[in-house]
Amino acid sequence: MDLAATIVLNGLTLAALYFIVASGFSLIFGLMRVVNMAHGAMYMVAGYVGYSVFEPLYDRGAWYAWYAGLGVGVAFAAAFGALVQKLLLGWMQGQELRQALVTIGLSIIVADQLLAVYGGTPRQFFAPDAIFGSTQVPGIGGYPTFRLVQIGIAVAVGLGLWLVLNRTKLGMMIRAGVDDRQMLGACGVNVPLVGVAVFSLGAALAGLGGVIGATAQPLAQGADGRFLLISLVVVIVGGMGSVTGTALGAVLIGLAEQIGQAMFPTYSVILTFVIMVAVLALRPQGMLGRA
Amino acid sequence: MTIKISRRVMLLGSAGLAAGGLAAGRIAAPAIAQNAPIRLGGLTTLEGPFATGGQDAYRCIQMELERINHTVGGRKIEFVRESSNAQADVALARARKLVEQDNVDIILGPLSGAEGIALRDYSRTLSGKTIVNGSSGASDTTLRNPSPNFFRFSTDGTQWMAGLGRHVYQTLGIREVAVTAGDYAFPYAQVFGFNLEFCRLGGRATHYWAPLGTTDFTSQIAQINRSNAGAIVVVHGGTDGLAFMTQYAQAGGNKPLIGGSIMADQTMLSARGPHRRVMIGMISGGPIADVIDDPTWRDFVERYRKRWLNEGGFQSPSIHGVNYTTNLYGILHALKAVDGDLSNNQAAFQQALAKAEITAPTGATVKLDHNRQAISDIFLNRIEERQGNAQVVAFDRARAINQTLGMPEEQFLKLGAPSRDNPGCVA
Repeated sequence: MDLAATIVLNGLTLAALYFIVASGFSLIFGLMRVVNMAHGAMYMVAGYVGYSVFEPLYDRGAWYAWYAGLGVGVAFAAAFGALVQKLLLGWMQGQELRQALVTIGLSIIVADQLLAVYGGTPRQFFAPDAIFGSTQVPGIGGYPTFRLVQIGIAVAVGLGLWLVLNRTKLGMMIRAGVDDRQMLGACGVNVPLVGVAVFSLGAALAGLGGVIGATAQPLAQGADGRFLLISLVVVIVGGMGSVTGTALGAVLIGLAEQIGQAMFPTYSVILTFVIMVAVLALRPQGMLGRA
Repeated sequence: MTIKISRRVMLLGSAGLAAGGLAAGRIAAPAIAQNAPIRLGGLTTLEGPFATGGQDAYRCIQMELERINHTVGGRKIEFVRESSNAQADVALARARKLVEQDNVDIILGPLSGAEGIALRDYSRTLSGKTIVNGSSGASDTTLRNPSPNFFRFSTDGTQWMAGLGRHVYQTLGIREVAVTAGDYAFPYAQVFGFNLEFCRLGGRATHYWAPLGTTDFTSQIAQINRSNAGAIVVVHGGTDGLAFMTQYAQAGGNKPLIGGSIMADQTMLSARGPHRRVMIGMISGGPIADVIDDPTWRDFVERYRKRWLNEGGFQSPSIHGVNYTTNLYGILHALKAVDGDLSNNQAAFQQALAKAEITAPTGATVKLDHNRQAISDIFLNRIEERQGNAQVVAFDRARAINQTLGMPEEQFLKLGAPSRDNPGCVA
């Protein structure tokens, strides 16, 4: 029984990480209609850049090392995302295939540059003492604290996104933009600027996922492809552009992965894709996506 | 249409004339052709889970080529680097590129198990080219259906486990183990080698497989920690292995650990993290260790450190670096024996390869069996903390281990190919 509970909790904590990464992907798609194939690259860039700030501080024993790495990683990803939108994608707005290809190219370049600069050695952040170690969870026993914190962060991200989208002027503009970009522009809103803001926010979420993910699992070359694929699957299952849908998709995929690993490890990967195929066959717009 | 055809014939004819001219030139001045550089194509993984090992393989190759000034048998060697991501299809595509576009004479690679099998099959379709293994260690690459122009001077994953199962059962007195392993060709070979001894003595093994590229093992670890296993045999590598060890440490695991050959390696030990705590004391088997009491090895390690320590190298060369070097030694030895002569579809060169007897960087003697597979020494290792660094220390050495671990080949083949359903636990 406690084994089942552990596996479910593992699935939920993994889902939290997937949600953080995929929400940015979903957000960018929702407004910009850009399938950002460089989303994984943004995850990885944030992880590595954050790490290069984190490591020297950690060596000196600074308590804020992890927070500094997190802040720098997220900020770098946000700036990187804004630049990508401003310099590359902005002037090919509406040409979806072209944008997808550009972002694929970008992700290849970024991955090779990261390999050249940081090499192939896997890296891992060590969370500050306050959230390291293990916590007693009723029915399970000792459980890694950081994985519980992951859930907290994911919930905060979800709530934050909901508040931004539903309670702020920016959110109003984003939601209007999803429905009719031209009308929004005609109302005097600087739509390209909103685009840069959204892209930057989406990239920042990928970056947040990058540092959190690199604390929970080792960060190494190839993480970009993995998290891009996961984001795609989560968003396809949950519904493109819907925050709640992304959360639902993440929970489904996270649970499927962990339960699959415990029960039929060889085929656990297939389970993920079976879910995706089923959703695509029965509800192509995703579980909570709008038709 | 007729014009086209005749034009084509004309072109063919003139091409033939040109070729004839070239051939004539070659006969007239053989020294010029002989002095053309030999093109050696390197194929390793600079992407994916084994990127670190691949990087180190190229370090070692570069160091050894620099040492001989890129010259052997009077001919220059041009080294062409190519990379895959540990997936068989990618390795195959890159090998094709090396042969078809880069025009290499010899390929040195690949690094990972399934890639090796793919390249062995590819080698069979080539004539006048030779593939010499890099570090891939699936046993079937050379054991079943071997290819005449695929050579492996490194030992395979099954050989690397020689003596480990016996040590766990007899010396450590452990009767039941949990085996966690990657779900692909190389771990199959390693698990097979371990079980062959362990289960024969009466030990019991429960297997937990996970696809290559798994980075969240928490549910598997939860299951293992609740089982009766007296020890865990961990046959993962690269980031998968690191993830397993980190999460095992975080879950407060305290069972004794037995490692596959690519677990106890500098690619793992040089990464920072809590995994280092649980890995101290881990026993493993393999073709190398950081500390081997052998002058050839000490010399190699010293040269490696001098060359690479300031350029991102490890404290001690990695298993992949050493395997690539061993195979490179095989190539260099054969090229020297035939004075760099690759004519006649490389026939003389391939014969020299098959007959080569070389000394690996570890000091182990290597010779090939009738399948062109290495027979060499295997070390039993323990991870120890020395001067603040975790190091793999060899405490025992089994000499001249062959691919069937001393079993008659026919009997060994009857056990079937290692797989997830045939992990070697046969009565």
